[in-house]
Amino acid sequence: MSIKIEHLNYVYSEGTAFERHALRDVNLELPDGQFIGVIGHTGSGKSTLIQHLNGLLRGTSGAVYYNGRNIYEEGYPMRELRSKVGLVFQYPEHQLFEVDVFTDVCFGPKNLGLSPEEVERRAYEALRQVGLKEKHYKKSPFELSGGQKRRVAIAGILAMEPEVLVLDEPTAGLDPRGRDDILDQVAKLHAERHITVILVSHSMEDIARYVERIIVMNKGEVRYDGAPREVFQHYQELEQIGLAAPQVTYLMHDLAGQGWPVDTDATTVEEAADSIYAALAKKC
Amino acid sequence: MIRDITLGQFYPADSVIHKLDPRVKLAGTMVFIVSLFAFRAPEAYVVATLALAAVIRLSKVPLKFMLKGLKSILMILMITVVFNLFLIPGTPVLRIWKLTITQEGIETAVFMAIRLVYLIVGSSVMTLTTTPNSLTDGLEKALRPLKKIHVPVHEISMIMSIALRFIPILLEETDKIMKAQMARGADFDSGNIIQKAKNMVPLLVPLFISAFRRANDLAMAMEARGYHGGEGRTKMKPLIYAKRDKLAYLSMLCYLVVMFLASRSGLVERLLGL
Ligand SMILES: Nc1ncnc2c1ncn2[C@@H]1O[C@H](COP(=O)(O)OP(=O)(O)O)[C@@H](O)[C@H]1O
Ligand SMILES: [Mg+2]
Repeated sequence: MSIKIEHLNYVYSEGTAFERHALRDVNLELPDGQFIGVIGHTGSGKSTLIQHLNGLLRGTSGAVYYNGRNIYEEGYPMRELRSKVGLVFQYPEHQLFEVDVFTDVCFGPKNLGLSPEEVERRAYEALRQVGLKEKHYKKSPFELSGGQKRRVAIAGILAMEPEVLVLDEPTAGLDPRGRDDILDQVAKLHAERHITVILVSHSMEDIARYVERIIVMNKGEVRYDGAPREVFQHYQELEQIGLAAPQVTYLMHDLAGQGWPVDTDATTVEEAADSIYAALAKKC
Repeated sequence: MIRDITLGQFYPADSVIHKLDPRVKLAGTMVFIVSLFAFRAPEAYVVATLALAAVIRLSKVPLKFMLKGLKSILMILMITVVFNLFLIPGTPVLRIWKLTITQEGIETAVFMAIRLVYLIVGSSVMTLTTTPNSLTDGLEKALRPLKKIHVPVHEISMIMSIALRFIPILLEETDKIMKAQMARGADFDSGNIIQKAKNMVPLLVPLFISAFRRANDLAMAMEARGYHGGEGRTKMKPLIYAKRDKLAYLSMLCYLVVMFLASRSGLVERLLGL
């Protein structure tokens, strides 16, 4: 049970003056249950890549396997795939259209042909999981704040109970508080539902705290792929492609450079603090 | 996928034709079209062909793009040719079952086809080498005299350029919303007409909201930057004729004179008579 991408290429507007090679020979294996971060500079092909995971874009060449079956096969059940791989687009609140929040969240499961009771059960469950208060359920989605709208939109995908949840820059345009709230909810979801979560972002800081694996994209290619501490070791190369490692990485390298016995692989503020305490204890 | 259609119009290249003042290109297109219909002699078409070929060559736009516009009128072209071929009375040349093709029919059909093709290709030269914005700029300036009779020229051209600017944005937005709803299991392809219309709701509602939001934002942004209509408004890049523009007008005049002389010369007839 996994997603496998082989030699995937994608070219926008092929054969015109506006041709754009957006993905180059991408090979990835995304096993079940992982919490994966996809990171890259604007225009590096992150959004293009994730739209291949549920078949919205079809690779110019290469193949995508879902649970071992090639999704470009003749007669592959595309709509079923889209319910299994839930894709939350960037600014998902722009897709809300129903008269009230609850009905909007029901749209996805209803399209799966489920019974009305099941549809409602899933909608409640999804709204609960994104942490939206019950008093908002019967409001028009357009009365809500930006962060609340985004939760509703994410619930709309969750209600389809996907096996893989892909979020394209879910924190774009939110304030720090809203950003942390959404990311915490996503982390909780991953823990509760044991689903694969793929989180797209251009901020290392966001991603480093949550994910167990980072895929770095640059100019349509996969540049690095590994655990956060492995990837951050390349912090100098990351800078060259317009990305920065988390601030603690720089701090730890500076301290190590001055002779402090700290762990330069620390990726979060907590880890860094522990390591610095330990180093201080040793010195004194 | 949707983006291809809109961007297909303007073809960016570094050429003399691209650099010409949009007013010159508007006038040139008009002169060319009028000349096609004003002169009927075969010599005139030789001149028109040469002129068109020269301009296309200068524009550095591949011929493929020039001819793209013809696809859309292929049907009309065929119908025109067929009707002219069979319905014009005159000296019979060929007889197929009950239909006769006449000498005059062939002539008219050929001329009509050439005219239509040149009309489309000629205007394609303009749209392929001029950005929509500079085209509306040119229109505004060219139509300025109409202000005297209280035609809101500036407002009209502003509306036009904003509308043009929004077309690709809204198409992109449509593409995005469609994909987002498809990710939620929406189906835009199957079902009967009523079903299909119903299925459009999840696309149209967000699209309208987005269009209004954008319009609102734009109005705010314009207001914030002191926009107050056309009165006393200056331009960052005012349209001023350069030397090449004057040369272009001169070439147009030459073109008309040559065409006039050529169509009077009877050259083709004499050549055929020999
Ligand atoms: N619909 C489209 N048509 C043409 N080119 C596109 C389209 N969408 C994205 N691109 C181009 O493909 C490249 C990758 O874009 P994208 O996947 O959106 O990057 P990211 O999400 O990492 O910012 C960019 O250069 C972008 O300009
Ligand atoms: Mg993106």
